[in-house]
Amino acid sequence: VSSITSLVADHQVLICCGSGGVGKTTIAAVLALEGARQGRNTCVITIDPAKRLADALGLESLSDTPSSIERDHWDYDGTAKPDGALAALMLDTKSTFDRLVTGNAVTPEQAQRILDNRFYRNVSGALGGTQEYMAMEKLHELHHAGDFDLIVIDTPPTRHALDFLDAPRRLLRLLDNRIFRMLMMPTRAYLKVASVAVQTFLRTVARVVGSEAIDDVVAFFRAFEGMEAGFRDRAIAVEALLAAPDTGFVLVTSPRRDAMEEAEFFAGKLDTNGQTIDALIVNRVHPKFGDESPAGLRATAAALGQRSDEAARRLAARYENLADFREIAELERAHVEGIQARVGAKTIAYVPYLSRDVYDFAALHEIGSILFAPADGSPDPAAV
Amino acid sequence: MEVAQFCSTSHVVIVAGKGGVGKTTVTAALAVAAVRAGSSVLVVEVEGKSGLPTMFDRPSLSYDEADLDPGIRARFLTPDAALVDYLETHGMKRISKRLVSSGALEVVANAVPGMKDILVLGKVKSLDESRAADLIIVDAPAAGHAVSFLLSPRGLVDAVRVGPINKQASDVVALLSDPARCQVVLVTLPEETPVSELIETAYAIEDRAGVALGPVVVNQCFAPPPPGLNGSQAVAKVLADAEACGRFVSEREANDLAHAMAFRAERQRLQHEQIVRLADRLPLPQIRLPFLFTPDIGRPQVDTLASALAHGIEAL
Repeated sequence: VSSITSLVADHQVLICCGSGGVGKTTIAAVLALEGARQGRNTCVITIDPAKRLADALGLESLSDTPSSIERDHWDYDGTAKPDGALAALMLDTKSTFDRLVTGNAVTPEQAQRILDNRFYRNVSGALGGTQEYMAMEKLHELHHAGDFDLIVIDTPPTRHALDFLDAPRRLLRLLDNRIFRMLMMPTRAYLKVASVAVQTFLRTVARVVGSEAIDDVVAFFRAFEGMEAGFRDRAIAVEALLAAPDTGFVLVTSPRRDAMEEAEFFAGKLDTNGQTIDALIVNRVHPKFGDESPAGLRATAAALGQRSDEAARRLAARYENLADFREIAELERAHVEGIQARVGAKTIAYVPYLSRDVYDFAALHEIGSILFAPADGSPDPAAV
Repeated sequence: MEVAQFCSTSHVVIVAGKGGVGKTTVTAALAVAAVRAGSSVLVVEVEGKSGLPTMFDRPSLSYDEADLDPGIRARFLTPDAALVDYLETHGMKRISKRLVSSGALEVVANAVPGMKDILVLGKVKSLDESRAADLIIVDAPAAGHAVSFLLSPRGLVDAVRVGPINKQASDVVALLSDPARCQVVLVTLPEETPVSELIETAYAIEDRAGVALGPVVVNQCFAPPPPGLNGSQAVAKVLADAEACGRFVSEREANDLAHAMAFRAERQRLQHEQIVRLADRLPLPQIRLPFLFTPDIGRPQVDTLASALAHGIEAL
C-alpha cells in the first residue's frame, strides 16, 4: 500500500496548499476520487473563483451545498468499494458568509440589518481575506455536519496561499481590536465611553474616507452586537479543526525553481503554525527519457547536422530534441533532490507532466493510477 | 510595431494572468526589452513574495525603489506603506503613525473593501503623474484577484462619495480607463484551463473594469517538430533513419529518441489547438514566447524571452 494511499485512508480532512499554477485543484480532485474509490463518502471543496475544479468535475456554478458526482465518472472500471461516494462543491463566499451571519444573529431583524448594510455587501463579496475565511468556515460546517468521511479542500489561488491558516485568527484580532470593541458598543454607551483615541480615530478616518463611509462602517460594526461570542467560538473551532490529528496537509509543488522556493516558504510557515506536512506532491515532473547526458546527445546532433542527407537531418533533430528533454529532466531532478527533508514532509510522491492537459476524469484517473499504484513508495522521481 | 513605440503607447502596463503562467517572467522580459529600446522602466510588484529579484540576482524588494538592472528600477508597493506615504505627503504625518500603531489601519482595511487596492493603484497613479519612468510595469495579482484589483476603484467611487479616497479612486479610474495612459497585457499558457480563464478575465477586465487590453502573451510555446518528424514517431522509423545514414543507434536510444519527439509533437499539437481557440474566442493580437527547457528563470532566460517578446511586438 502506498503512503499516499494511506494518507487518503487515514484522514478526515485533507488540505491541499501550494502556490498558484502547480495543480492544487487537480491534486485535490485526484485525492478525493481515491477517497471515494476506497469506499469513503468524500467531498471535495474548491475555493477557486476561476472554476478550475468545475472544469474537471463538470460543476457549472458556485454552490452552497455539495452536489454528488455519478459513480460512473469516478469508478471507471467498477473496482471501487461499494460504499464510496463522491461530491463536489465550489465555494460561494457570499452565501457562506450570509449563512454565518444568519446563524449567529440574535434576531432575524439583526441578520437583515447586517445583510442590508452596504459595507457588509462589499466585504462579503470581496475576494481578499473573506474568501479564505469562508473556505475554512465551509470546511468546518461540512465537517461538523458529519455527512462525509473525508473532505478534501483546495486553497485559494493567491500568492498568500497560506492566508487561510491565519483567517480565523485574523477575525479574532479584529474582534479584539480596541477600536472595534468601542464601535460595537450601543450608541449611547459608545458616546459616553468613547475615549479620546476612538474619537481621534473616527475623525482621522473621516478625513480620509469621508464621514458618510464612517456612518456605514459604524452601523456595520454595531449591527454585530451580541454576535461577537458566536463568531469567536467559531473561529476557535476552525483553528482546532486545522490542528486536529486527522486533518492532513498536502503541499503541492512543481519542480520549477520559483514553485520549489515557495513550497519551502510555505513549509516554514506551516511549521511556525505547528503543522506538519503529511505529504509533498511534486506535480508536472517532465518524463526522464533515458539517462544519456544532454551534452553527449548534442554532440551527436551537431555531428549529424553537418551532413546533408534527409535521414541524418531528421536524426539530428531527434537528438537535439532528446537533449532538450534530458536537460530539463536532469535540472528538475536536481531541484527536487533533498526537498522532502527540506520541507519536512512525511511522505513524497511525484506526478509526471502528461503529454495532454488535465481537465477531465480520464486524466484524473491517469494521475490517480500513478499516485496510488500499489508498488509506489519509491520516492524516486526516476520512476515517473 | 517598434518596441519603442509599444512602450510609449501607454506609460503604465499592467501584466495580469492566473498563477503560474509566468506573469513575473513576462514582466521581467518586457522590462529588459523596453530598456533595450531606450526606455527607463519602473517595475511595481504588488503581491507577496516575488521571483523578480531572483531573476536579476538581487535581494528581495522593499517599498523604496531599488535598482534591478541598468535602466530598470523596482519596488514593492504594500497598501500599508502606500497609505502612510499618502498621509505623509498630504500633511497628515502624525495621524499616519497613530493609524498604524492603534491597529486602526487593519480595521479600516477590513471594513472598506478595495481600500488596499486603491492605496496601491493610487500610488501607481502618482508615480505615473510624476513620470517616475518612461514605462511603469505593474506585476498584477493572480487572475481572479486581478479583476477585483482593477474593479475596486469603480466600486470605491460609488461607496465613498467624498474625501480623499473618493478623489483618489476617481483619479485611478481616469488612469485605468484611458488607453493612452494604461493597458493590460494578459499572460497565459497554451493549455485548456489557463486559456479558458484568460478569456473570462479578458472580458471581465474590458467590460467591467473598462481597462484597455494590449496583446496577449502566450508563454511556454513549443516549436513544431521539424519537417518530416510531425507524424508517427515509431521506433522503427528512428532505426530506419539510423541505418540510412550509417549510424548505430541502440534499440533503447531509438526508443528514447522516438518517445521524446512524440511527447513534444503531442504537446505542440495540443498547444496549437489552444492557441487557435484563444484566437477564435478573443480578438486580440498574440505574442508567443518559447518554452525553455529549464526549471530556472534567471538572467539568461529573461534575455532570451526579452528578444522573443521584442520580436513579437515588432510583428504586431
